[in-house]
Amino acid sequence: MTIDRRHFLGLAGLSALVAGARKALPLAARGPEATPAAATRWAMVVDPQKCLHADGCTRCFAACHARHNVPSIPEPRHEVKWIWRERFERAFPSEQNVFLEDGLKGKTVPVLCNHCDNPPCTRVCPTKATWKRDDGIVMMDSHRCIGCRYCMAACPYGSRSFNWTDPRPHLASVAPDYPTRTKGVVEKCTFCEERLATGQRPLCVEACPEGALAFGNLADARSEVREILRRRHALRRKPELGTQPGVYYGV
Amino acid sequence: MRDRPPILAGLALFLLVATFPVWYNVTARTSAASPVLARAVGTPSVPAKPGQCVAPVDEMRASHMVLLRTWREEVVRTGRRAYTTQDGRQYAKSLTGTCLTCHDRKTEFCDRCHDYAGVTSVCMDCHVDPDARRAPR
Repeated sequence: MTIDRRHFLGLAGLSALVAGARKALPLAARGPEATPAAATRWAMVVDPQKCLHADGCTRCFAACHARHNVPSIPEPRHEVKWIWRERFERAFPSEQNVFLEDGLKGKTVPVLCNHCDNPPCTRVCPTKATWKRDDGIVMMDSHRCIGCRYCMAACPYGSRSFNWTDPRPHLASVAPDYPTRTKGVVEKCTFCEERLATGQRPLCVEACPEGALAFGNLADARSEVREILRRRHALRRKPELGTQPGVYYGV
Repeated sequence: MRDRPPILAGLALFLLVATFPVWYNVTARTSAASPVLARAVGTPSVPAKPGQCVAPVDEMRASHMVLLRTWREEVVRTGRRAYTTQDGRQYAKSLTGTCLTCHDRKTEFCDRCHDYAGVTSVCMDCHVDPDARRAPR
């Protein structure tokens, strides 16, 4: 039995097709990755009406920044922040009604890392120094951060800060049981994961005298955050980007 | 083989020069002094609670860096924060919360060996140095 060139090429092509299909078909059949429903999805609901920032209250920022050794650097380009204030129109650029209601107009809202369901920052990190935990927290591992700042470029909320200088000289006092950062790493809010691990709520939530910040588990239908979201209409920042933020603002 | 004498002479000279540091040290009877580690309980490098470390002394001396690196990965990346020693004692995997509560003098505990071995550790670039904690800021 002989085989000519035409037949040989035909057979080779056919076997390549079969081999390829065997790999590709199971992947296609599985469809989009089915995510198992997590038992915990930490989230925050902010009540801008209760927030007293207009009266000069900065207790949530102060508590967070003191506990986490966040430096206060006067030079704006080098600023480092975990939770800060933003004018309503700037925090919610897609809510640009010409005639905004009085309660929101010119109002500042506290903003922080949104701990998105689809965080763009974690997708671009080349070293997996930032990643999404199963409980919804976008976590940061400073040990692994190489300071490339891709995550800062990816984050649409400006929630990440880079340490352009050694932060230690800019700390009024050092909280000894929490590490500072070093020059050349990115940092941001971690929803106080070190406190959640011991069953405590985040510091900003506890520090707020008006209870304007509610924190809880979105996966639990009876949680405080779910209760608020059932009763009130809530906004999230830049929802059109599809990041699915975990920080809600009741209006 | 008329070249043999110069070649051998050259080789001998090379060996002499290449091994000079060894001969020099042998003849001068010098050696880097080992770090003096106090062994009495309660002195800086041996903390007040003997036998309370998370692993035997020899093991810690040889591989504390591996332990610390493992703890770091497990706490930050997987959230497993409790450590059980081989004899069943429980500790929090924490440099500042566990290790440094006993070994609270960096200059005398960490730096002595690290300086001797020429090792630079970056732990205290971020984690707060126990010496600095005591110093009034």
